Amino acid sequence: MGRTFAILAEFANPAELLAAAKAVRKAGYRHFDCHSPFPIHGMDQAMGLKRSPLGFIVGGLCIVGASIGFGLQTWVHTIEYPLIIAGKPFFSWQAFIIVTFALLVLFGAFGAVLGMLSLSGLPRLHHPLFYSDNFSRFSRDAYFVSIEAIDAHFDAKETWAFLESIGGRNLELVEEPSP
Amino acid sequence: MTDTKHRSSQEIDPNRPYSLERDRFSRIFLGLGIAGLVLSLLGYFLEPERFYFSYLAAFAYWTTLTLGALFFTMLHHVTGARWSVVLRRGAEALTMNLPWLFISFLPVIVGIHTLYHWSHADAVAHDSILEAKSSYLNTTFFVARGVLYFGIWTALAFLLNRHSLAQDQDGAEARTILLRRISAVGIAAFALTMTFAAVDWLMSLDPHWYSTIFGVFLFVSGFLVATAFLTLFYVLSRKRGILAGTVGIKHFQDLGRLLFAFTVFWAYIGGSQYFLIWYANIPEETVFFLHRWEGGWKSVSLLIVFLHFLVPFTALIFFASKRNKMLLGAVATLLMVMHYVNMYWLVMPTVTASSAMISWVDITTLMGMGGILVWLFLERFRRNPVIPLRDPDLSESLAYHS
Repeated sequence: MGRTFAILAEFANPAELLAAAKAVRKAGYRHFDCHSPFPIHGMDQAMGLKRSPLGFIVGGLCIVGASIGFGLQTWVHTIEYPLIIAGKPFFSWQAFIIVTFALLVLFGAFGAVLGMLSLSGLPRLHHPLFYSDNFSRFSRDAYFVSIEAIDAHFDAKETWAFLESIGGRNLELVEEPSP
Repeated sequence: MTDTKHRSSQEIDPNRPYSLERDRFSRIFLGLGIAGLVLSLLGYFLEPERFYFSYLAAFAYWTTLTLGALFFTMLHHVTGARWSVVLRRGAEALTMNLPWLFISFLPVIVGIHTLYHWSHADAVAHDSILEAKSSYLNTTFFVARGVLYFGIWTALAFLLNRHSLAQDQDGAEARTILLRRISAVGIAAFALTMTFAAVDWLMSLDPHWYSTIFGVFLFVSGFLVATAFLTLFYVLSRKRGILAGTVGIKHFQDLGRLLFAFTVFWAYIGGSQYFLIWYANIPEETVFFLHRWEGGWKSVSLLIVFLHFLVPFTALIFFASKRNKMLLGAVATLLMVMHYVNMYWLVMPTVTASSAMISWVDITTLMGMGGILVWLFLERFRRNPVIPLRDPDLSESLAYHS
């Protein structure tokens, strides 16, 4: 068989999962994850997750998009191809606002979608946890904690005992086949 | 002060009054109001023309603010919002100022010939445009419409408050549904009356000029300033220990989000109005901005762009700033000040085209009306339970902090 990927433990309900997440974090683990069929309020704090930097990615790209939109029009209308339109001055910033705004939104939207995908490591076609048959219930009616082997505190025996001590059931050592 | 420091819904006992004791703040506002009104009366004799325009600006300020609170309440009901249940009493107490604003509409009627050029028969006779508009813009119809608007708004305010307060007693869920129905009809009536009121009271100051977005602009301004008022009120209440454990950081964050969204929407509407008029470049439309770009008004116009939009926008865009009560209070104060500048900017160029200078009568009328209205608001808020005690969604609103 291959190498150990993680230990998987099942919990009875969202409240237990929340408590387990707090306990796992308190025990010093950092490479762990919680799996539930729906979002659970307070899970981010329980797991000690930081706020996503996505807002700043989107904000940065919005500024880039707006600058391109405004800059392109300014360059075309004042330097490259000045045309008199409706008797307005070449540099009619009022008229540029709409395209500026549109590009701001466009870049922001791309930043939001692509940034979200890349921050969450998507698209991803497979995950080692899928080797566990029991794990398929995570999207239906089960709540799991997985502690990954790459964690500095990970020790197959100790972590197993720890997960049992905090109420985990159906414990499972998930292995991934070596390539 | 009665104890309102409860930590969770379990500790709320609907049989306790949860009202507040009288304190000196409401009396300070009453004092400011009386002083303001007395000084304004002096202004009426010293500068009668200026007085009416100052009064109209103050009237527009407080009416839009109160209508914003009416919309806040109806929006809450019609969307079935749960987060804002604990904030509803503030908005409701504000709407009960509408009957008083009805009375404050009287000086506008008395000053109609000073304020509105179209109210002079001889001016209309020599002006074919005004003649064509005279079936709408005439004194009788103007007064009748004003009475109708205030009648509808007052009725809505009474209905919304009555059933909300009655639910404190009987806890009937049917009232929540009834309030939702009243609000659904109310919002439709509100949209029409608000638009027509904006046209009547402010747009017709320049009877040749027209802008189809004007009503929306005034509505957005009103909702924004009402949210700012409520934000500031709850920030200050929390500072004095009132509503601790009831209005939490998440409520403030959502008030911040509303402020942010409507700051953007306000700029969007105001910008659209400017943009279309600038693009078409038709003299009868551009005159509005011309009057606000000359004779010292240019700096006021730019001030509005910066302090009514860019500064609040930049301040509120960050996650952390919406959870900072000090900052929220500061931005809310700025928006309340800028709303007056905005009303001033709409009204005053009609009478002082050559100077944007503020007059002492402007201050006293704003202070007189505001002092009385805030006093009435504080007294009403104090006497009723500070949160809807038996609202079905109360516990969810109290538990709203993640």
